[in-house]
Amino acid sequence: MTVLSLGIVRGLAAQIVGTALGIGLVVLVRVLMGLHAWEAEPATVVGAMLGVIAFIVGVGSMDDWFRWARGKVTPLHHGPPEDKPAWTRYFSVDYSHKVIGIQYGVLAITLLLVGGSLAGVFRVELAEAGRQFLDPAIFNTMIGMHGWGMIISILLGIAAFSNYLVPLLIGASDMAFPRLNAWAFWINVPTALVFIASMFVGGWDTGWTAYPPLSARAPLGMQLYFVSVFFFGISSIVGALNLIATILMLRAPGMSLFRMPIFVWAVLATSIIALTATQLIALSFIMVMMQRLLGMGFFDPAQGGNPILFQHLFWFYSHPAVYIFVLPGLGIISEILPVFSRKPLFGYKWVALSSMAIALAGFLVWAHHMFTSGMASFLRVPFMFSTLLVAVPTGVKFFSWIATIWRGKLTFPTPMLFVMGALSVFLIGGLSGPPNGIVTTDLFLHDTYWIVGHFHATMFGGFVFPFFAALYYWFPKFTGRMYNERMGKIHFWLMTPAFWVQSLGQMRVGLLGMRRRIVDYDPALGIEGGQLAVTIAGLVIGLSVLIMLANLIYSARRGRVAERNPWKSRSPEWQIPSPVPEISYPDGLQVIGEPYDYGLPDSRYVNLQVAAAAE
Amino acid sequence: MKHIVIASVLVIVVTVLVILGLNAVDLVPNLASAEGEYVDLMFQAQIYVIAFIFALIIVFMLYSVFVFRRKPGDTSDGPHITGNTTLEITWTIIPLIIVMGFGVWGALHLSEITAQGADELVVEVTGFQFGWRFEYPQYGLSSQELYLPRDRKVLFRLTSTDVIHSFWIPEFRIKQDAVPGLWTELRVTPTEVGNYRVRCAELCGYAHSAMYAPVVVVEPAEFQSWLEGQDVGASQPPEDMTPVERGAQLAEQQGCLSCHSTDGTTLVGPTWQGLYGSQGMLEDGSTVVADEDYLRKSILDPGAQVVDGFPNIMPPAYTFLSDDELAALVAYIESLSN
Repeated sequence: MTVLSLGIVRGLAAQIVGTALGIGLVVLVRVLMGLHAWEAEPATVVGAMLGVIAFIVGVGSMDDWFRWARGKVTPLHHGPPEDKPAWTRYFSVDYSHKVIGIQYGVLAITLLLVGGSLAGVFRVELAEAGRQFLDPAIFNTMIGMHGWGMIISILLGIAAFSNYLVPLLIGASDMAFPRLNAWAFWINVPTALVFIASMFVGGWDTGWTAYPPLSARAPLGMQLYFVSVFFFGISSIVGALNLIATILMLRAPGMSLFRMPIFVWAVLATSIIALTATQLIALSFIMVMMQRLLGMGFFDPAQGGNPILFQHLFWFYSHPAVYIFVLPGLGIISEILPVFSRKPLFGYKWVALSSMAIALAGFLVWAHHMFTSGMASFLRVPFMFSTLLVAVPTGVKFFSWIATIWRGKLTFPTPMLFVMGALSVFLIGGLSGPPNGIVTTDLFLHDTYWIVGHFHATMFGGFVFPFFAALYYWFPKFTGRMYNERMGKIHFWLMTPAFWVQSLGQMRVGLLGMRRRIVDYDPALGIEGGQLAVTIAGLVIGLSVLIMLANLIYSARRGRVAERNPWKSRSPEWQIPSPVPEISYPDGLQVIGEPYDYGLPDSRYVNLQVAAAAE
Repeated sequence: MKHIVIASVLVIVVTVLVILGLNAVDLVPNLASAEGEYVDLMFQAQIYVIAFIFALIIVFMLYSVFVFRRKPGDTSDGPHITGNTTLEITWTIIPLIIVMGFGVWGALHLSEITAQGADELVVEVTGFQFGWRFEYPQYGLSSQELYLPRDRKVLFRLTSTDVIHSFWIPEFRIKQDAVPGLWTELRVTPTEVGNYRVRCAELCGYAHSAMYAPVVVVEPAEFQSWLEGQDVGASQPPEDMTPVERGAQLAEQQGCLSCHSTDGTTLVGPTWQGLYGSQGMLEDGSTVVADEDYLRKSILDPGAQVVDGFPNIMPPAYTFLSDDELAALVAYIESLSN
């Protein structure tokens, strides 16, 4: 085996070659047009784009399609490669949804560490008034890198769990389009490199929202950011398409929509948003890219453009995106609560349909980010009402969760602790929402640290806490071993109080006048104590995440071997061995009951001996 | 039933405690505008609802955690309760009514705070990287400081020369973006005499965090005399001023002073105190003497010779200055070295 037989190495080599080719192409065209040869922006943009495409080809994610084009048949290969060690499949193109799920997960956690470290650095800068060590241009770049790094980490984390779990939960042998699945994953690797590179070619000082005209005059890094968002977006769209097809077409016999595990409902709702809204952020960024490259003045008032148009296009994705992030997390909460309460999920259909309601309402609320923007004043009223509507299905979820644990028989291993943490934190995020939705109070709160506190609480409660709960909960399923319970609890008891301090602290300083995205603040506001508390709390959260990673990495190798169904779940994935064998359900799977009938004697959700019963 | 009763009592207790706790601290800065009263009233009302819903969820959750914890040795499941349609409809309808009620109330408030006044003072606000300029078209004067009379409704008409900024004075509560190519509007009636600060609330680039402007709210009579004092300065023909006086006026009018201090503090750009005649190192390591020639060149083409340690962000937007005006500015800068 040589290094070059690893797909990722070939991909990286191809990316370097592709980037060089792209730069060369621009130079050539310019020379032929009689212009001076070197112009950094077009060379960088074309180079980055060709580099990403070259990686996707070089890694081998399109090999089968090329063979099909030549008329060759390529049956789907199952299992690790025959001529190489089994671990190499994680570094090459592999079509198994379980491998791709792990690949997504590792990339997600990598970007989580990148984004989190950036936050750690600039929180230290913000711990006291006065400039400490960060140049404002670098600070401005870091907040944008933190924001988008975390967003991508969340999207990849969702893709990780959706890929690994959805086929298992619905009894499918794999995703509907396994090759497309691998292709969608591998786009993210070169794109992540382009994204990180944007920091080193001048950065970009706009925050992840990249409003023009500021983004139209930002340094070169801006363009690499746009390129990266474009390709991440393609991955997201294709992944969503695959999940929708899988959920609608590949459910096991007997699994009607209302007998699906509730997480699958959440993924379906999320995928509908991702499939139909992501185009808009890509479009808005491509328009700024073209304004910079070709002088098309879409958002330049001097050329008849309108800066506010950008905000409409941008938020048409970027608000629903919030629901892309939180719906799967809320699905995980709904999935795990009944198991550790030993009680059915309260109001299954209401919880399922509330995900759909949030997804649909999410398309009607984008302009609530623009109450101060200068758009027509009357527009603020309908968007206020549509925004407030979102509170209703969110409330249904909360009340149903509380009714689920009420009179249950609760146990609190680490996953359940994190679900409880998620509830408490999402509550903070949810309750701090309506003040931003109501126009008058938003005119005060907009662009302050109150907003920062609000959306971090929604993201942590709606994604990070449930994501960690899911990591612990399904860890035995992924690895066949048990995580260390004591370290898991230490993680929880460090992170949850720290997050409360961070979140309430951010809202507190925001109400006192702390603005978003500033490298330095006015000590006259009287917020220095709050700022220091937020910084310390943030660093504690970072430390607790490192403890989790140490726990998971150690336990994956040395942990105690897990029993088959440690949580006594009714769900099908826990009825088979861990880690999941290459063919998940060799004897088929048939749904014969309701998913969450805990407490109903002699009931079962699935029958795994379909083939045997037929004989 | 016993559990519900206990938990309900606890919900009331926790609601009251949360409200008392939040009201015990000053959550927001001092209020200094009539429009802000609507904001504070609405926020206070929201706090009551938030406190109640917070207590409702947290109490029932923590009650379950402590009371419905599995007893050691118990391996049985909980009761098989799958749902309750009446309950679900209840907790759909009641929140719906509450939020729609708040929506109607908020819309009414919005129409109040955007309503036109009888005798509005018009102030045209221009945001630029990284400062603010204020014009009083009714009085034909402009200022670096935002002077406002108490108890008179002000119509701010906002625009920007470069990127989007946001005009915000926390004590006035409400904010509005300043967008290039567009005039946006904001109405505020100051109610408290005092000194405040405009703080740019929309990320606008390198020195966004330092994009302030002073705000002075005074009694109407004092405002009148300020206007007259300004008029005197403005009506004095430029040819009657010494070059240094003229330069000082230009520096203020053109917004130079939001990035260049005259007292030695380092803002976004180099201070002007002691600048004239000093030697500075450029980005490429070479040195240059800040003489008249260098200063003129740096005003007209700021990116040509940037002093090391400062970002190249000064807008090359001052080519409209006449030769006399340039000479006056340089004379003013020179005067700061003596």
